[in-house]
Amino acid sequence: MLDETKTGLDAVEGGPQLSEKSTDSSGGKMDDPDGHPSVIALFSQFGDAVSGHRVFAGTQHVVWIDSARNLEILSWLREQQDHQYDMISDITAVDYGAGRPIEVVYQLFSTVHKRALRVRCKLPLDGLEIDSIVELWSAANWLEREVYDLFGVTFRKHPDLRRILMPHDYEEGHPLRKDFPLRGRFSRAEQTRRALDQSVEHSYIAEEMDLGRDPQQATPIIGTKDRDE
Amino acid sequence: MSKRTVEFNVGRNPEMGVDGSVVDSPILPFDIPEPDLDTENMLINIGPQHPATHGVLRLVCELDGETVKRVIPHIGYLHSSFEKLGEYRTWNQVVPLTDRMDYLAPLIYNCAYVMTVEKLMGIEVTERCKVVRVICMEMDRIFSHLLWLGTTAIDVGAFTPFLYAFQERERIYQLHEAFTGARITTSATRVGGMMADLPEGWTDGLQDFLDTFPDTLEEIDRLLTRNQIHIGRSQGIGAISAEDAINSGFTGANLRACGVDYDVRKDQPYYDYETYDFEIPVGQHGDCYDRYLCRMEEMRQSVSLLRQALERLPGGPIDVEDPNISLPSKTDCMSDMESMIHHFKLITDGIPAPEGDCYMPIEGSKGELGMYIVAEEGGTKPVRWRIRPPSLVNLSVLPKLAEEHLVSDLIMINASLDIVLGEIDR
Repeated sequence: MLDETKTGLDAVEGGPQLSEKSTDSSGGKMDDPDGHPSVIALFSQFGDAVSGHRVFAGTQHVVWIDSARNLEILSWLREQQDHQYDMISDITAVDYGAGRPIEVVYQLFSTVHKRALRVRCKLPLDGLEIDSIVELWSAANWLEREVYDLFGVTFRKHPDLRRILMPHDYEEGHPLRKDFPLRGRFSRAEQTRRALDQSVEHSYIAEEMDLGRDPQQATPIIGTKDRDE
Repeated sequence: MSKRTVEFNVGRNPEMGVDGSVVDSPILPFDIPEPDLDTENMLINIGPQHPATHGVLRLVCELDGETVKRVIPHIGYLHSSFEKLGEYRTWNQVVPLTDRMDYLAPLIYNCAYVMTVEKLMGIEVTERCKVVRVICMEMDRIFSHLLWLGTTAIDVGAFTPFLYAFQERERIYQLHEAFTGARITTSATRVGGMMADLPEGWTDGLQDFLDTFPDTLEEIDRLLTRNQIHIGRSQGIGAISAEDAINSGFTGANLRACGVDYDVRKDQPYYDYETYDFEIPVGQHGDCYDRYLCRMEEMRQSVSLLRQALERLPGGPIDVEDPNISLPSKTDCMSDMESMIHHFKLITDGIPAPEGDCYMPIEGSKGELGMYIVAEEGGTKPVRWRIRPPSLVNLSVLPKLAEEHLVSDLIMINASLDIVLGEIDR
């Protein structure tokens, strides 16, 4: 009984571990692209940049594309008359653990043709960088910030890439990675100490500090001055 | 929208009406020479503990006088990492996490999650279950819109609609409690069915609500729709064009107020929504007033949907009859060896999923609510569970909408977006 409790807590400390046997879901496999015109068009237009295609849950088409050409392919999908994916429903990432690549996932939807398509890009752990698509869809701004915050994927040319859900000065890493322990990396005491940090720099990002700075003053005034005297 | 009969101008922008024509302003322009004052911009902080931010949202604003030059929203004060917690739980254990996200419409979240899991696993739920879930979701749409209506009215100074709305919400709370045992944290769904069937006489309670609720809604409508103050505070405020709205990810009533008739219930139908008779209200101007009108009309449509669903509610079992998915009854479990084994396996192991991923959008009360699930072959826990939070994407447009408006308009715009921070921060 004691042993069982111990292993349970170990899992919490060490983060969820996936079995090595589980397969890579794309694996260069190709399902029949029939039934989804955009998938067929992607294959004929970009050929070798499209590395896989699967159909999941009956009707959901997923394509894997080359992460270096994501901007080009997604803007093509957005602009082409026959496709017109004008809405980006979601951007997220998936970490499978065990050193496998992190995958960035784009959910596209066309309000014109009422079609959905899922596009995924694999990023190796030592090269977590991909082009930002904020210039195509401004909805991508916060969604990409979230992926950066929780997975550590850097989006090149993003206008405002900083943490969004975690504090801007959070130093424990990227919480949704599989190797991130459920309770965080720092001790409880250290986490509490940081959470109770009263410094102005903790509450305001550098940009706001610049805006709020009184020109006469080297540092902003904090409200407790009178009480201290 | 046809209801928009009163076009008021309170003199803030006297020369232009809503359609671009010149409107006579009741306030005569007067000419005072601009004093040469110091024009340094000011930084003010609103929130995170401020009732007008509708949760623990923090807005850092750069102001020129009273005009908003720039808004920097800060979120994450309610971050509980539900997505990470989900990776440690079996499919059914995730359900209680879902209603804690949007505590204003918990049943919609319960349903959205299990619908995605069922779609991934290829489970077809029973006819009764489908209709019960439609009832749950439409009921909670009214539930959520009523809170939005009350709090938004309070933000522009109308206190009475708040009391009316909360009185009606209380009746839905009681329906929640009668069905699930909880008022907010419902956790009513299970993979392949519901936690329990509807209790005896529950539909009569809902029917009672449907009989009297439209009258209250009309009373609120009379208080707000042609109210001069409300119109002055919302018409032409926070307007956005249809193209920009799609590009910036607006969904739900916010998008429809811009004139785009995108509704997941019509465009990617689930649970036989295509066989129900209902309409999608669409606005024209994309401002706060049109968002208000759209949500008011959506509540009326939901009442009609609920009536239709009650009419067609079939009998029969509510859970799928597959011992590998649904728990056996307690009696069977105690008297039948097979059932007990199934019970034990389901509780200790969970339901095995096929390899793959699944994204399923549904029309939540705030917009397109998508659940994205990645599973490995035979996995009983999600490898990745992701919620596409409609409020987060809607809120990300706030800096653009609020630019060059007054601080008081910023509060109105923020309220009109209908956000819930539990879901934004997750």
